[in-house]
Amino acid sequence: MAMAIDAAQAAEWLDRELKGDYPDARGRFGPYGGAYVPETLIPSLEKLAAGVKRWLADPDYLADFHSELNTFVGRPTALTFAPTLSKQWGAEVWLKREDLAHTGAHKINNAIGQALLAKRLGATRIVAETGAGQHGVASAAACARLGLPCTVYMGAVDIERQAPNVGRMKLLGATVVPVTAGDQTLRAAVDEALRDWVTNPDGTYYLLGSAIGPHPYPYIVRELQSVIGRESREQMLKQAAALPDLVVACVGGGSNSIGMFHPFINDASVQILGIEAGGRGAGLGDNSATLSFGRPGVLQGCYSMLLQDSDGQIQETHSVSAGLDYPGVGPEHALLHSAGRVSYESVTDDEALEALAECCEAEGIIPAIETAHAFFGARRYAHANPGKRILICLSGRGDKDMPTLQKTLLKGKI
Amino acid sequence: MSTPAESISVAIRAAHDAGRPALVAFVTAGFPKVEQFTDNLLKVADAADVVEIGVPFSDPMADGATIQLASRAALAQGVSMVWILETVAALPRRPKAPLLLMSYLNPLLSYGLDKLPAAARAAGISGFIVPDLPHEEAADLEAALAREGLALIQMVTPVTPQARLERLCGAAKGFVYAVTMTGTTGKNVAVPEEVTTYLDRVRAASNVPVCAGFGIRAKEQVARLAGHVEGVVVGSALLEVLERGEDPAAFLASLR
Repeated sequence: MAMAIDAAQAAEWLDRELKGDYPDARGRFGPYGGAYVPETLIPSLEKLAAGVKRWLADPDYLADFHSELNTFVGRPTALTFAPTLSKQWGAEVWLKREDLAHTGAHKINNAIGQALLAKRLGATRIVAETGAGQHGVASAAACARLGLPCTVYMGAVDIERQAPNVGRMKLLGATVVPVTAGDQTLRAAVDEALRDWVTNPDGTYYLLGSAIGPHPYPYIVRELQSVIGRESREQMLKQAAALPDLVVACVGGGSNSIGMFHPFINDASVQILGIEAGGRGAGLGDNSATLSFGRPGVLQGCYSMLLQDSDGQIQETHSVSAGLDYPGVGPEHALLHSAGRVSYESVTDDEALEALAECCEAEGIIPAIETAHAFFGARRYAHANPGKRILICLSGRGDKDMPTLQKTLLKGKI
Repeated sequence: MSTPAESISVAIRAAHDAGRPALVAFVTAGFPKVEQFTDNLLKVADAADVVEIGVPFSDPMADGATIQLASRAALAQGVSMVWILETVAALPRRPKAPLLLMSYLNPLLSYGLDKLPAAARAAGISGFIVPDLPHEEAADLEAALAREGLALIQMVTPVTPQARLERLCGAAKGFVYAVTMTGTTGKNVAVPEEVTTYLDRVRAASNVPVCAGFGIRAKEQVARLAGHVEGVVVGSALLEVLERGEDPAAFLASLR
C-alpha cells in the first residue's frame, strides 16, 4: 500500500483540508484515518460520534468548556517574547506557554473537554492511556474535578522514567495500572486501554490523549486543542502586530501540534514545521520519527503513517522523551505531510537536550524534553533563515523530566 | 464445484448434521515452536472441522494474555505471512478441514491486498478473519478475496444492535463468528441465558452457519451452546494445551 502521491492528488487533499472538509463522513483525512476497531467497539464509537455531533458545537457545552479553561486550567496561557533566544538565534522568538496550563502541559485542554463530554454521554467511568504521564495527570485532574472515577494505563518503562507523574496521578485519585505487555510504553498502554474498553463498552468512556486512534478521536482532540492556535494567533496579532513566519511544535501522536497548527493552515504566509523525535538516529527502532521514516498502515484504529518492518509488524521505537515515543502519528498530520502544507523534520535526543539547556539558561523556563525537540528545530530553521518571526509551542514544562535530566544533562554536575 | 468460501459452510454443516457441534480450532502459526507447527496443524485439522491459523501481530488489541504471548513467541521465531503461506502450501498432505487465516489488518496490508488473495488460495486457504476490520472498512479486502472465492468471515457481538446484526449476518460468507461476550479472547465464561438468546437472534438472521467463540474451553459450555449454534471456536484453551505439550486431538475430542 505504499503510495506514490502525485501533485494533483496532493493539491486536491490540500484544497479539501483548507476548506475544512476533513474528517469526511467516513472519518477520513484524505486517505488517512477511519475506524479500524473490533466489532464490539462499533456501537460505542457510533455513540461517541453522535455525542460529538450533538455536543461539541453546543452553546451550553462550549460555555462549560470555556469556563473550565478560564477558571480551572488558567487560560488564556501567556504568549512570551524570548529576548535572549531571539538575539542568540538571529530571529524574533515567541513562546506559547502551555507549560503554564494547569498540570503543566497542553494535555489538560483535551482532558477537561472530553471529561465534560463523557458526563453528557452518561459515562460512569473513565479509562485513559498515558506515555509521559502528562495526559494521565491531566485526566486524573479533570476526573477529580468532575467526580468521575479514572483508571490510567501506563507502560512499565514509562512508570520508571516518569515517576513523579505516577505519584501525581495517585494523589489525584486515579488508579494507575502498569502495562507489562508489548513494549511497555505508550503504544502498549493504548492497546491495554482499548482492551479495557472492549471488555466494558457500556458506561466506560475512553479518554484518548492524542490525535490518534479511530474516528472521531483525531477530530475531537484537534477541536479541543485548537484553543492553543486560536489564542496564539490573536496574541501574535496583538503583541507582535504580525503573524509569525514560522510556527513550530513537537509531534509524537500530534496533539499539541495539531492544536497549534490547525488555526494557521489557511494563513498562506505562515510556514509550519513539525518536529519528530529522531532518537539515536535513522535506524529502525532508533527513533520515533514516523513521518520521516514510516510507511502507511493500520495501528490502534486508524490508517496513518507507521514505523513498521517489511512484514507489517509495528516497531519498537526510541526517544529520550516518553511523550514522543510512539510508532504512529495522527492521521491529520499524515495528510498535512502528504498534502505538503506542513514540513516535518526530526531532532535527535542529544540535540533536544542541548536545546533544553539553552532555553533554561536563556529564558528562565525549563521546557519538557518533548518540547525541547521543537526548540532545536526552531533554532535550525532560524540559522538557515535569518531574521524570521518564529512562534514555538512550549507544550509542557520539564519538571516531570527531572529523573531523566539527572541522568543526562546533570550527570556529574550535582 | 464449491468455492473455498462455500467449503467452510459445508464443513460446519456436515458436522452439525451428523449430530456434533462443529469445532473451529484456532492455533497461532509457529506456536509454540516453528519446527512442530506442521505436525501440530495436521493433528488439529484432523480433530477439528475448520482451522483458523493465527497470523502473529505486534499489537493484538482484541486478544487476551494467552494469544498475546503466543503471538509474541511466534514473532520471536521469525513467523511471517510469507512463512505461513509457504508452510501451509508445503503440508505433506491436504487436511480435510478448511483452513482460514486470522490476522489483524496491518500484516495483510503490508503483504499487499493485490497479491494476497491469489497467494492464499494457492496455499490452500479458504478465508480470512480480521478482528480489527469492521464492515464499514472491509469493502476493499472483501472484494479482493471474493475474486478468488475466499471468504471474509464476519464477527458479531452481544452489543451489535439488531438492525446492524441482520445486515452483517445477511451478507456473511462461510460462517458468522458470534462473539459470546464483550472483551478479549481467552476468558472462561459461563453461558447465561442472555447468551443463548443472543445466539438464537444471530442464527435467525444468518444464511450461513453460526459458530460461537471467545472463552470456550469446556465440554459443558459446548453442550450448552450446541442447540443454539452450528459450531464453536476454541482458541486460547487449545494454545495452552499445545504449550504444555499435550495432545491437541485428545483435547478437542474431549469437548464434544
